[in-house]
Amino acid sequence: MTRLMNCPDPSPAAPARRTFFTQAGVGVALLALAPGVRLVDLARARAEDEPVTSANRWGLLIDTDKCQSGCDECVSACNEEHGIVGHGRPETDAQWIRKVDLKDDQTGHELSIPVLCQHCEEPPCVDVCPTGASFRRDDGIVLVDKHICIGCRYCMMACPFQARSFIHEELTGQRTHAPRGKGTVESCTLCVHRVDKGEQPACVEACHREGHDALVFGDLNDAEDQLTKLTRASATRELRPELKLNTSVRYTRF
Amino acid sequence: MSQTIFHPSRSSRAFWGTCGVLVVLVLTGLFAAHHMESAGHWVTGMTNRVVWGMPHVFAVFLIVTASGALNVASIASVFGRSDYKSLSRLSGLLAAALLIGGLSVLVLDLGRPDRLIVAMTHYNFRSIFAWNIFLYTGFLGIVVVYLWMMFEPRMNRFVTRVGTLAFAWRIILTTGTGSIFGFLVARETFSSALLAPMFIAMSLSFGTAVTLLLGALVFRLKGENLPAELTGKLARLLGYFVLSVSLFVAVSHLTHLYSAGHQGIERFLLIDGRPYSLLFWIGQVLLGTLVPAVLLLSDRFKHAVSVPLGALLVVIGGLAQLYVLIIGGQAYPMSIVSGFSESSTFFDGVIAMYRPSLPEWGLGVGGMALAALIFLVGTRVLPFLPVPTPDQPRA
Amino acid sequence: MLHGLTRTVGMIRSFVVLFIFALSGSAGLFADVAKPQIPASRGDQCVEPVEIMRRNHFEFIVHQRDLTVHQGIRTKRHSLAGCIDCHSTKTAAGQYLPVNAEGEFCQTCHTYAAVKIDCFSCHAAVPTEKISQSP
Ligand code: SF4
Repeated sequence: MTRLMNCPDPSPAAPARRTFFTQAGVGVALLALAPGVRLVDLARARAEDEPVTSANRWGLLIDTDKCQSGCDECVSACNEEHGIVGHGRPETDAQWIRKVDLKDDQTGHELSIPVLCQHCEEPPCVDVCPTGASFRRDDGIVLVDKHICIGCRYCMMACPFQARSFIHEELTGQRTHAPRGKGTVESCTLCVHRVDKGEQPACVEACHREGHDALVFGDLNDAEDQLTKLTRASATRELRPELKLNTSVRYTRF
Repeated sequence: MSQTIFHPSRSSRAFWGTCGVLVVLVLTGLFAAHHMESAGHWVTGMTNRVVWGMPHVFAVFLIVTASGALNVASIASVFGRSDYKSLSRLSGLLAAALLIGGLSVLVLDLGRPDRLIVAMTHYNFRSIFAWNIFLYTGFLGIVVVYLWMMFEPRMNRFVTRVGTLAFAWRIILTTGTGSIFGFLVARETFSSALLAPMFIAMSLSFGTAVTLLLGALVFRLKGENLPAELTGKLARLLGYFVLSVSLFVAVSHLTHLYSAGHQGIERFLLIDGRPYSLLFWIGQVLLGTLVPAVLLLSDRFKHAVSVPLGALLVVIGGLAQLYVLIIGGQAYPMSIVSGFSESSTFFDGVIAMYRPSLPEWGLGVGGMALAALIFLVGTRVLPFLPVPTPDQPRA
Repeated sequence: MLHGLTRTVGMIRSFVVLFIFALSGSAGLFADVAKPQIPASRGDQCVEPVEIMRRNHFEFIVHQRDLTVHQGIRTKRHSLAGCIDCHSTKTAAGQYLPVNAEGEFCQTCHTYAAVKIDCFSCHAAVPTEKISQSP
């Protein structure tokens, strides 16, 4: 982070502009309300130039009753959104979200759940990463800063959910909002580029579009949020609870 | 004791021939690394499930061995056994060479080796990996100072002090290396406090074995033999180290067998998880432990080749052990929801396939060759080798 | 200590740069290297004066990148996507050319200065979506 400090700022108008933006923040949010699904209400809208804070904690609730086995709309939406294409080598191809079919060893009960980065509050990948490339944003989203990732893959060894992928080959045709490239590790970003605009992750949108509504995105720190209300109202579980990671992705009804 | 006189390796056809072979192996390793980096890691056997492969087996072996290679020097200067002194310079050189070899493999396997500078300027101090970067560079620095103290007569009086520091440092270093795996709480195979002491035992054993092997080589190239008395002592020591490693291995498997939730992986590693179970019983237990223990400790097998053969088997067994530990530990599926069987398009619930590819072998062997090359060339450049005393007749 | 380290690295870097400049300066006495022909860009004006951009564009980009990745600050002014938006050219058929293709905006200068670009192994080198042009 030292670099942040010695960056030249040749524009003398910078401080003035900043306050302008902050004041304009509400206005911007108002304008932004019109198109598409907007999740963030006015009180929580963040101006473009404002850093994220721990006032929010983005999370996901997965209703395993509503999630259909055999459906993988969330997976294809994610691939589409981030320009993830396979190379016909499933063992090395990237996967940010996958459908895992489960069968209860005792009762034989079967279900199917999406598994993705669980955005832990205490992420093991962040603990082990030697360079600090794996980090948790203040609003709870766990990311890889691919600029400083050296591709050691220690985070993949540490991840309890097999949620990370290493890019095993040269990539082309990346999306502007989803930079990804050979030699670095990546995983679900909770569609951080959408969240920053106040939109929902692509998987959530796709599940809703299919009429399943098994995924609910929201702010776990906001008592009035739909997600928080749901997690308070019914029993939820985090995967691998014995590790006490306090994940932001939770599952209900199983 | 009389002052030992040291001299450099002699230039000979055998010497340069050996170096030539090593250079070819190193170049092959570099070529392999270049291929892996430019094509991407898909050309290796490593996958999103088995993320660390053959290069890591070799790298961890070399790093662990580096710390153990300092045994002779430590025994001489920390425990005051002057009979080991004649080989302590060699032991320091060997430690440095092995560490450089291991780190090279580790670095060249990175997804972005071009960002090495990032690894040296951005540190996450919560990461044991980042600490290891300090431990490794620190170790190199200490060994260099240690050698200087040994070489410079006026500095000789500091040898004990620096030697003690080096001794403490190498124990921490090996603990750190073991902890890279031991801290992986999410993986039942690795997450264990036993891993750190086990790595220390492994370092003592592998390090002594490699000292005996490369020591014998460098003396041979000079037309001499390793001092016989010392060889005997080191061989016995190695025998005991081998047994101590096997004790840790046994205890760790037994505790796993008795703790709930580990039976699956134990069954996999010990019984039906081929090739890992075979590597364990044949590579690690039979060839790497039982045979060398007999060769090195029993008087009934005293023979000119029993010591080098025993040492070689320890090295092979060590590689097998690390293979089983590192790769077997990843191949076995990690359970995400306990009490449920899992299946998916991302290989949940199934045993991962891993076959080491040619480039990985090339890189790993190249690292071993680099260590040996640095060692040999080092002995040519500076007086590392003791001049044989009269009771040590030439071979 | 971290800061110290970064500084040392920075110092070494400046020395290397100086050295290269000195070398290229003396080379200039002997050979005339053709000035790069930079393709025209969209919009009337860059986000900073051209002189400053020539020398410091990477500082702006790196600064912005850290802000965006770690703090979610997504102002457009110094965003790489913004650069590509203005500086990529189209073929006659209306296809965008990557800014790092030979003869295109980024590559022309980088070839001239013999500096490798490390952006586009990950980042899209053509506009793939509408970015607002406001600073
Ligand atoms: S692969 Fe990248 S993100 Fe993962 S631990 Fe290594 S440096 Fe960090």
